[in-house]
Amino acid sequence: MELKEIRQIVALMNQHGLSLFHLEKKDFTIKLKKGMDLGELREILAVRSPGLAVPAEPETVGGKTHTAAPEEPVDDHRIIASPMVGTFYRKPTPDAEEFVKVGENVAEGQTLCIIEAMKVMNEIRAENAGVIAEICVEDATPVQYGDVLFRMK
Amino acid sequence: MFSKVLVANRGEIALRVIRACRELGVESVAVYSEADVDSLHVQLADEAVCIGPGPSRDSYLKPDRIIAAAEITEAEAIHPGYGFLAENARFAEICASCKIKFIGPSAEVIRLMGDKNAARRTAIANGVSVITGSDGLVESEPEALETARRIGFPVMIKASAGGGGRGMRPVLDEDQFLAQFRAASAEAKAAFGNDACYLEKLVLNPHHIEFQVLADKHGHVVHLGERDCSMQRRHQKIIEECPSPLLTPKMRREMGEAAVALARAIGYENAGTIEFLVDPASKGYWFMEMNTRIQVEHPITEEVMGCELIKEQIRIAAGAPLSPHIQKARPRGHSIECRINAEDPYDHFAPSPGTISMWYAPGGKGVRVDTHVYSGYTVPPFYDSMIAKVIVTAARREVAIARMRRALSEFIIRGVKTTIPFQQVIVNHPDFLAGKYDIGWVGRYLEQRTNDQ
Repeated sequence: MELKEIRQIVALMNQHGLSLFHLEKKDFTIKLKKGMDLGELREILAVRSPGLAVPAEPETVGGKTHTAAPEEPVDDHRIIASPMVGTFYRKPTPDAEEFVKVGENVAEGQTLCIIEAMKVMNEIRAENAGVIAEICVEDATPVQYGDVLFRMK
Repeated sequence: MFSKVLVANRGEIALRVIRACRELGVESVAVYSEADVDSLHVQLADEAVCIGPGPSRDSYLKPDRIIAAAEITEAEAIHPGYGFLAENARFAEICASCKIKFIGPSAEVIRLMGDKNAARRTAIANGVSVITGSDGLVESEPEALETARRIGFPVMIKASAGGGGRGMRPVLDEDQFLAQFRAASAEAKAAFGNDACYLEKLVLNPHHIEFQVLADKHGHVVHLGERDCSMQRRHQKIIEECPSPLLTPKMRREMGEAAVALARAIGYENAGTIEFLVDPASKGYWFMEMNTRIQVEHPITEEVMGCELIKEQIRIAAGAPLSPHIQKARPRGHSIECRINAEDPYDHFAPSPGTISMWYAPGGKGVRVDTHVYSGYTVPPFYDSMIAKVIVTAARREVAIARMRRALSEFIIRGVKTTIPFQQVIVNHPDFLAGKYDIGWVGRYLEQRTNDQ
């Protein structure tokens, strides 16, 4: 990469108010950082497990934090967050049907998924009736407290 | 050695354990509440799992979520730190049944020493002196007087239904005893609805001196000297030092041997601390209790004895014998620790949570600061208020005191109130310099200060 190109990247960063630019290719890596903030601290200290890493940019308001997924907020969607730590399963057994599918109408109290911990299968039920807009976690994936499992309409 | 350890704690001790893991080449897993998402221990660990909202009872005190976090990250062992679940026998049992190694002693030992009466009986059975008492309630005045004579004055009359410092009457000599006993019984009846009392030997102006023990699975048990924790208020330690300015070499040898004998007799494993009450006048000492975990003030032992206790805990749990440098450890120099709390020491130590707008920690030779706090950090309101430990070490006690004065004067913390101004008063006070303080010193000083104002 030439100095001219690096200058262009810096200009773009300033233009768009970015504080970090990180590009990795097969034969080189470039990382440009601006200023010192918590995000940079995280980069430096490198939390290394993406699946269970500290979520980026949480909104912290007096101790209550939302571990929101990085997509644009969708207004009329309710989220169902994990109330526990464990492994998320979309089906009651590996060869059975999924509990729910995207677009499906669910009733209050209907089982949406299982979170397994310490060999106990905990059924997670819908608190209200609604439509499944999105299933946010892959089958057989570990989840932590607060992780978004479903978006409902 | 384990490939992965989960730290079931937060704040500075979680950071401490993660650093030890890193040096041992062990992967670390942090668990955190939503209030701790920006905490340094979460940032430094290799993996982190959110286990609940802010309040401890919904997060750090939830054994099921902690075990689940260990399961999904495949952690092989759990270090409980201090506080929280560190002395919870049930948690240790759950770890064992889930085939996760609890870094500490067995559930049975935790349970045994967690029961104060059982612990005292165990100490007595192993030849360790405990505070003499009436061995139960005293039924009549003649019996009470006879028992008091047997124990030896001064004695403390304690209401059986009392507690938390209430319903206690000191009696300095025999002449006053019967009158005090009658008054104590009447007071107890009025305050608690029960006039039953028992007696205990009263040690005036005692020191709280504790011995660090370490034991492995292979039968090796050692003690690593003592810590004097007498500078405290209502059992909250403010300053600790190693070695104690009070102990003679003979006392140190005897108490150390007693501590080792007790740990060996109960089949202890890993790190533990045995607390004694010491009478400066008679040089008598008595077993108080045993803490079956690593302690907040462990760094001063590390500095004087040249060891790394957290790494040793992990090694012991992984089945290694005590390290040679631990078995041959010899004391060198003097170390003092100040616990810096986000509290106002002159307003009854009222907690002072908030955002730290500026943080400059002291440094230089012989200054160690163990902290999870940084500039911009918000101290959450849910947990204990300790934000840092300043540990100074020097060749001699006078130099260590001078070093602590310097370190405290350099420490800048803006945004919350801290105990530093009070600790500066203490380390400049002639009583501290002379080593003449006891567990009542802070209370008396603050009372005097209030009276003077």
